[in-house]
Amino acid sequence: MIIGAAKEVLDGERRVALTPDSARQLQKLGYECAIEAGAGEAANFSDKDYTDADVKVVADAKTLWDTSDIVIKVRPPEASELQLTHEGQTLISFFWPAQNGELLQQFADKKVNVLAMDMVPRISRAQKMDALSSMANIAGYRAVIEAGNNFGRFFTGQITAAGKVPPAKVLVIGAGVAGLAAIGASTSLGAITLAFDVRPEVAEQVESMGAEFVYLDFEEEQQDGAATGGYASVSSPEFREAQLAKFRELAPDVDIVITTALIPGRDAPELWTEDMVQSMKPGSVIVDLAAEKGGNCKLTVMDEKIVTENGVTVIGYTDFPSRMANQSSTLYATNIRHMMTDLTPEKDGQANINMEDDVIRGATATKDGEITFPPPKPKVAAIAAQKPKAPEKTPEELAAEEEAATKAAGRKQIGLLVGGAAIMALIGAYAPADFMQHFIVFVLAVFVGFQVIWGVAHSLHTPLMAVTNAISGIIILGALLQLGSGSWIVYFLAGISVLIASINIVGGFMVTRRMLQMFNKS
Amino acid sequence: MSIGLQTAAYIAATVLFILSLGGLSNQESAKRAVWFGIVGMALAVLATIFGAGVDLTSPAVAIMLIITVAAGAAAGVVVAQRVEMTGMPQLVAALHSFVGLAAVFIGINSDIAPPEGLAGAELVIHEVEIFIGVFIGAITFTGSIVAYGKLAGKIGGKALLLPGRHALNAGLLVLSIILLIMYMNHAGSWTLYLMTLIAFFIGWHMVMAIGGADMPVVVSMLNSYSGWAAAATGFLLGNDLLIVTGALVGSSGAILSYIMCKAMNRHFVSVILGGFGTTTGPAQEIEGEMVPTDADFVAETLNDADSVVIVPGYGMAVAQAQQSVSELTKRLRAKGKNVRFAIHPVAGRLPGHMNVLLAEAKVPYDIVLEMDEINDDFPDTDVVIIIGANDIVNPAAQEDPNSPIAGMPVLEVWKAKHVFISKRGQGTGYSGIENPLFYKENSRMYYGDAKSSMDNLLGKIS
Repeated sequence: MIIGAAKEVLDGERRVALTPDSARQLQKLGYECAIEAGAGEAANFSDKDYTDADVKVVADAKTLWDTSDIVIKVRPPEASELQLTHEGQTLISFFWPAQNGELLQQFADKKVNVLAMDMVPRISRAQKMDALSSMANIAGYRAVIEAGNNFGRFFTGQITAAGKVPPAKVLVIGAGVAGLAAIGASTSLGAITLAFDVRPEVAEQVESMGAEFVYLDFEEEQQDGAATGGYASVSSPEFREAQLAKFRELAPDVDIVITTALIPGRDAPELWTEDMVQSMKPGSVIVDLAAEKGGNCKLTVMDEKIVTENGVTVIGYTDFPSRMANQSSTLYATNIRHMMTDLTPEKDGQANINMEDDVIRGATATKDGEITFPPPKPKVAAIAAQKPKAPEKTPEELAAEEEAATKAAGRKQIGLLVGGAAIMALIGAYAPADFMQHFIVFVLAVFVGFQVIWGVAHSLHTPLMAVTNAISGIIILGALLQLGSGSWIVYFLAGISVLIASINIVGGFMVTRRMLQMFNKS
Repeated sequence: MSIGLQTAAYIAATVLFILSLGGLSNQESAKRAVWFGIVGMALAVLATIFGAGVDLTSPAVAIMLIITVAAGAAAGVVVAQRVEMTGMPQLVAALHSFVGLAAVFIGINSDIAPPEGLAGAELVIHEVEIFIGVFIGAITFTGSIVAYGKLAGKIGGKALLLPGRHALNAGLLVLSIILLIMYMNHAGSWTLYLMTLIAFFIGWHMVMAIGGADMPVVVSMLNSYSGWAAAATGFLLGNDLLIVTGALVGSSGAILSYIMCKAMNRHFVSVILGGFGTTTGPAQEIEGEMVPTDADFVAETLNDADSVVIVPGYGMAVAQAQQSVSELTKRLRAKGKNVRFAIHPVAGRLPGHMNVLLAEAKVPYDIVLEMDEINDDFPDTDVVIIIGANDIVNPAAQEDPNSPIAGMPVLEVWKAKHVFISKRGQGTGYSGIENPLFYKENSRMYYGDAKSSMDNLLGKIS
């Protein structure tokens, strides 16, 4: 089969879905690769680079779409591209099927299979093809760079001969992949970094990246990210109030705000209000990574950089990954290549859309003319659910439980005692008095033994075995008493018994002593 | 010596034995306690030799006595001095077999030359006592010999599972009871001898069916049996000291078996019946891969660490690596690091085996901790080094309900920041279960013989 990478139609999009490296890997899976002329130019991959990697460079989009069985690209397809498709073709790209329902229907009608890279489920096995994460990573990094570009000071604090420079204070809102990448970039530039997220379980990740997690004074069951596949969801009005109050408190203090808060399938929540912007110092920078969905900041203008009246720069670019086209193309192409690996288990160059596979099932939006979106929930949860806390037991309940346990133990003990007494009575009824005397001794000794042995330290169990070995040599007494018997056999057997019991006694005690001498305190 | 005096000596011996066992509750009092045992034993033996039961005027008796006691004592001294601490399990098993064999001989002697003047119920009881004493003794004898063979590596450690082994054991037990009834009806001594052979077979067969990793339970169980055999002999001879001592030893072994079973989350009966490793479902799929590492990296990580926990297992004993481990501990402690040892109750092949090995290598006992003492500390630990242990650190016990070791308490080493696993190769442990620990992200495999691995490490840490 032929995999063709189309040149992006959207103006300003610099990424490309195929790199010479990924093409070489795809060829190993048995595919032939083709690319539209000039598709990689903006990402610093020349047509010659592709030709060197045995990729066929085709002159225009029409030829590419006509000749390819599988078309890969980055951005969701446009209507003009729909015209170029043909039945049985497979398209792999970002698609956003939830938002692009109409387009999805058109693709289904044309019997084009669509695999949406944005629908790859978030499970461990699918991480290698999670293009959203790899793009978000780049966006987070780039957001810090853009902020720095528009910020008039150092990130790191310095004490120089010319005076002291305070470090920049960066607040990252939303600690998803982009947020964490931003935190990483910001801390490594030396800024004091704060981070906030509605999911308290990410605090640990935030702290591991070297930032400080901003906690709210809020008493409510905070949401569990596990229920939504690791993404954030809508929070309650009270929670939102507490959150905004905290931001208001922080606003005059921070120099750079990077907002990354997105809820899947909804408009971005407004978290950085106008009054917060007004209270910020002149020269501060806001980078709104949610600009495409309306922005987390009220003043954000999509795809533009504006400066407010009080001198705060608000950046609303949506093309951060595209601004680092070489890096993002490399990662995206690798994501696509992993997706193809999973689609081609036989490595025979034939893509097999296996709907039994959780990952492929999740990504497939149309197949054979049918819309298969939305997919069923994957069998494997993205991240482990938080364990529900056992309800605190009241003291009364605890007392009741304890009492019940005591009673049960008491019943069991009484049962055992009654049973034991019955057996005793049975033996006593038939056995001679002499035997019963010995029996008393035996039973008492067993009791004493149990009481004493429970107290033995675990670390001394080996010496315990050795010493019990030695004292079980007491059996020598029996053999000694039999030595005087008239029978030669008895005499002989008793002799052997004395011999081996002596070995036991002497060997057992000596080895115990040797062992115990070794135990020393530090 | 009068009977009264002899009895007084026996009472003293009984008390001394109890004190001797009770003294093992801590390391310092234990050193004194062993002397109580020795004095008690000396009292008991001397009181018997010079008592009414032994005719020292008969040259045959006197000669036999001197020769056997002297030879036995000499052999005991040699064995006790020569034994390697790693060989303790074998020695203990071998000593158990002696008690078992002595019990068999004494029982048979008692059949050949019964005490006079027994009639009615007394005679019946006596015959039952002989039978039970010989039965337990015989099982202890062959069982211990097989255990010895397995522990010493002379017999393969794998469980031998004969078809229909439960039915076979049950059948043999029933046969023994039939023989007992025949014996009581004076069918002749051959019934006793036949039963002895059957019991020999049961002992052999029972231990053969138990796998190597269950050996701590088996050894404790045989310890218990040897005690019960002594107690049965005491009944047979009407000697209270034997009864008491046997009961003490018997209950001691029983408790040890119980503790070991608990530590493996297994039922005593299922261990004794053998046949380990049957799963109830497919094992959980393990994700990730084993990542090997080298001495440089381990040494570097150790240099950066503040708290280190070492988890030794049977592999350390096999490789005789305890001295190197001790040296490593010393050097790390000299650098001000907090080094501790975590001991699982069933680590090794004998209860408390690891403690003895570490003590031999001069590791101070106050940094050697039990599982319960240290399990909560792993999240704050920087580095865990696992030396030749596998099942006792297997997270599958907690995570995979289908695992054969599900529910067994394990050392939660995976919670530490770094886990290094010193292991000979990629193989599974004694129980043959995959260990997901090795695939975890914070685990690194440090392949090689435990001793040479530790020595390499010593070269890098000064």
